[in-house]
Amino acid sequence: MVTPILPLTMKGAVVKRRGQTLLGPVDLEISAQGIAIVMGPNGAGKTKLLRALHGIERLAAGSVTWQVPVREAQDRQAFVFQAPIMLRRSVQDNLAYPLRLRGVAKKDALARAAHWANRVGLGDALDRSAPRLSGGEKQKLALARALIRDPDIIFLDEPCANLDGRATREIEAILQEAQAGGTRIVMATHDIGQAKRLADAVVFLMHGKIIENRPAKAFFAGPQTRQAAALLQGDIVE
Amino acid sequence: MSEIWEGLVAGFWLVASFDADLVEITLRSLQVTLTAVVIASAIGLPFGAWLAIRRFRHRRAAIALLNALMGLPPVVVGLIVYLLLSRAGPFGVFNLLFTPTAMIIAQVIIITPLIASIAHQAIRDIWADYHDLLISLSTTKGQRIRILLWDGRRALMTASLAGFGRAIGEVGAIMIVGGNIDHATRVLTTAIALETGKGDFALALGLGFVLIGLAVAVNLAIHAIGQTESEGKW
Repeated sequence: MVTPILPLTMKGAVVKRRGQTLLGPVDLEISAQGIAIVMGPNGAGKTKLLRALHGIERLAAGSVTWQVPVREAQDRQAFVFQAPIMLRRSVQDNLAYPLRLRGVAKKDALARAAHWANRVGLGDALDRSAPRLSGGEKQKLALARALIRDPDIIFLDEPCANLDGRATREIEAILQEAQAGGTRIVMATHDIGQAKRLADAVVFLMHGKIIENRPAKAFFAGPQTRQAAALLQGDIVE
Repeated sequence: MSEIWEGLVAGFWLVASFDADLVEITLRSLQVTLTAVVIASAIGLPFGAWLAIRRFRHRRAAIALLNALMGLPPVVVGLIVYLLLSRAGPFGVFNLLFTPTAMIIAQVIIITPLIASIAHQAIRDIWADYHDLLISLSTTKGQRIRILLWDGRRALMTASLAGFGRAIGEVGAIMIVGGNIDHATRVLTTAIALETGKGDFALALGLGFVLIGLAVAVNLAIHAIGQTESEGKW
């Protein structure tokens, strides 16, 4: 029996850079199921929040606590960056790399990489250089590489920014499939339509602080803050 | 002009006739230089990668020092190695002075900072690209260094080739620690220096053209093996 790593609890988390507070203090609990969407204007702290939850942002104060030791929690989560990071190798080798880190035999890792490449529509591009893929292909590859280790939770930082409708739909389909398979998803997005399509819960940030954290239906039916209401109406929120 | 022409002719005949002395000193040049490059790369490449990913106090000073060491005067290196390996020196007991091993030691000292510095520059760029992903994947420092060295292997090949270029043309240090002894430590560069001193410019030029041809051939061979300019998958 594998111990669940969720819920994830963030308490009083603060991220600072050169003395300036960029996030926090933030209290947040991520439960074991569903898709949580992090929304807010540019500079609100969405990326910092995701990175802090994932453990790749140093906290000036506060804590992030999993239900298992941190080292184990790190192995059971993944992150997809807004600008996908491509290793300077083939698509297949990019996908196999996280498995090889875990000690999976090369042959098995490559076989699973080929399987995942097919799942995300990159089956014909196995031998292509990953850095030379299109933006949409790169993001699908980054997503597949994050999911290939079957993480309990995946953080995504605006994965569909700068993608066209078709690529966005493909990414969302992969995410919904992953979520149906038991992977918890926490995703930042600017796209209100995407948030409505995917969200089970919405975390709304302003100036580094969470000002709303509610079930998606309630949030979209009646936001409790004027900033969230303005954003949903399509106004400019600063 | 006539001396250059005579040099070309002399070089051609030396190669065409498989002159025994030429073959011997050419092979010794290759042996000493390639051994030095392999050892210096084994030290310099991982060190350059480590320096790129490791944050520590005085890191900038360490990088500045490494860059400064690229300009180590070979003659001074030769003198220091000579003193260390001479009978009265701390390593005199090994009897290495005036052997190819002493020449390799001197070349390693000269080219390791060059290889490490170029490797550091190359790895730093890749590390900037990979940083967040490798941190996110909870990689160990060893795993980071391995992937950076592997994915940066073409740039690192350039670093090693720069080391090869410097070592194959080196004369001051290996003259001091090798002694330019016939059939023992004579290499192309020391032979050129000797023939020039004797006034046999044609032969010196001939050896020089052989040296240039050797350097170009090794570079081309390594580029071909590494498929540096191919459009492959990196």
